[in-house]
Amino acid sequence: MAEGTAWNVYDALKMASKEIYGKVLTELGKENDKIVGVTADLAKSTNIGNFGEAFPERLFNVGIAEQNMMGVAAGLAKTGLIPFASTFAIFACLRGGEQVRSDIAYQNLPVKIIATHGGLSFGASGSTHHCTEDIAIMRSMANMTVVVPADGFETAKAVRACVNIPGPFYMRVGRGFEPPLHEDENFDFEIGKAINLHEGKDITVIACGVCVLQALDAAKVLEKESGISVRVLDMHTLKPIDEEAIMKAVLDTRRILTVEEHNTIGGLGDAVASVIAQSGKGCAFTKLGIPDEYSVIGPPEDLYARYKIDATGIEETVKALLGKEIEADEDWSDED
Amino acid sequence: MPKNVTVEELKAKAKELRVNIVKTTNYAKSGHVGGSLSCADMLTALYFKFLNVDPADPKKMDRDRFILSKGHAALGYVPTLAMAGFVPMDSLKSFNHYESCYGIHPDSRKISGCDASTGSLGHGLPMGVGMALGLRYQGYKDSKVVVLMGDGEQNEGSVWEGAMAAAHYKLDNIITIVDRNKLMIDGPTEQVMGIDPIDKKYEAFGFKVISCNGNDMADVDRALTEAWENKGQPICIISNTEKGFGVKRFQGKVAWHYGAIDSDMLKEAIADIEAL
Ligand SMILES: Cc1ncc(C[n+]2csc(CCOP(=O)(O)OP(=O)(O)O)c2C)c(N)n1
Repeated sequence: MAEGTAWNVYDALKMASKEIYGKVLTELGKENDKIVGVTADLAKSTNIGNFGEAFPERLFNVGIAEQNMMGVAAGLAKTGLIPFASTFAIFACLRGGEQVRSDIAYQNLPVKIIATHGGLSFGASGSTHHCTEDIAIMRSMANMTVVVPADGFETAKAVRACVNIPGPFYMRVGRGFEPPLHEDENFDFEIGKAINLHEGKDITVIACGVCVLQALDAAKVLEKESGISVRVLDMHTLKPIDEEAIMKAVLDTRRILTVEEHNTIGGLGDAVASVIAQSGKGCAFTKLGIPDEYSVIGPPEDLYARYKIDATGIEETVKALLGKEIEADEDWSDED
Repeated sequence: MPKNVTVEELKAKAKELRVNIVKTTNYAKSGHVGGSLSCADMLTALYFKFLNVDPADPKKMDRDRFILSKGHAALGYVPTLAMAGFVPMDSLKSFNHYESCYGIHPDSRKISGCDASTGSLGHGLPMGVGMALGLRYQGYKDSKVVVLMGDGEQNEGSVWEGAMAAAHYKLDNIITIVDRNKLMIDGPTEQVMGIDPIDKKYEAFGFKVISCNGNDMADVDRALTEAWENKGQPICIISNTEKGFGVKRFQGKVAWHYGAIDSDMLKEAIADIEAL
């Protein structure tokens, strides 16, 4: 950050998910006059403000009132509109949480919640602004689709795609300082379909959000330095989860590591574990994420390193997981 | 019982606090400097005259309680606690750094003298109502609970749920303060989501309302004295302030809700404050 500027910490999505969310939403707004926006004094900070600049009469800023914001979004949707609702992740899933569940999800309304500052991305802000619970909360709401994109390009594609989903949608992004994963927008992105970023046969790392790039970096290092062949799955959609890709990874590699910027309870790891457990197939399995505690404060990179969800932590854990014994299963491939 | 401290002494302390705020913003790399400077006079009067709190015994039961409901003003609050002897002055240098006790919002588990962890707006008054009820029930008749809120924060419904309960339970041991600096993040309060007439709203909810110029120490002292003597109903002080007060570059500027201060800007800010 440049010193001496009246720099605004809330300028999320500026660099990584770029002004991408605001920009794409503005483009969509031109194509579809049913799209409207709601926010709660975080128009600038979440970049939904871009949409408001283009369409002042279509963005409703309700002030610092997230419950009201979600209720208003539900009401707008009831009149046939497609509201995008943006605030920080913690306020979207907890402060306005019951409104999301009972006004939006229960009534199966097409409200698109784009929540910023997710995970530990607002590191120095402390636990009131960290959000390591949203995936668990949103996954357990019936009707809800849940996406955690790995970078700005995926954010852009998901924003476009979510308009065509008939029901409610939750997407969590960071604060806007995350490095891009993809080099450009030339890749297939489909909600509910994991992206295989790196082929491997010894182990599969399944990650979402900022952890995907870390997993990919780890895979490259492990291959080069230790000859370990790591498959990397970008599981951008948490719900509905890509069971096929998970089971293929189990069958092909027999070892699975999940990595997420979320409490290890109820997030990606548990979603993957539940698919595996219900399949009846055994495999070595470890979850990386935030342990069941409130994080210390600090720059996000330091926190990611502390909780081993950075490339170094992933490398270490992959090695440990490769050493874990698993029961041989003779009939493994026939059963498929 | 408020201490015997003159307005002149408090003014000198407020200056010192403002200098510590801008210095700490510099250590922290960035922070909510605007909303910390606006309430600096109120924080000073509370901690150096009115509140019955003791750094040597920060958890004594018969103390007054203070809740920074606008938790993002920790940059104003933590330096106040340091000046009042609750935490070492030198520790301010770690503000926002990895594993520090001090981040953008205060953590009551880690900061001596901090009665409540805050940061999510609209939580302070309900917690304050609980403290006021708990203290009254347990016979701590002289302990007050002071809740400092933002004016944008008044948008939150939970503020009004707390206000309704404070009046319903006739909590005359609770003093709420609205730092009426007229700005929030997306612009002026009256443009983003109007709260006026805020005094009439609190009156209608059953509060005794006292207005003051929150950047004039004599007037702050008058308002708090009146609040401390009050009996029978909860108090709301509308503290009319200017966001960023004391530093010309920040004063009244919405962009300075949050910002970074480099060393040149720090010199300029200190010079402004010293000329106050
Ligand atoms: C529940 C909640 N929603 C949103 C935010 C993000 N936020 C931090 S400060 C702020 C504006 C606060 O304005 P105001 O209460 O007027 O405080 P001040 O101007 O005194 O800094 C917002 C929206 C938050 N901290 N908590």
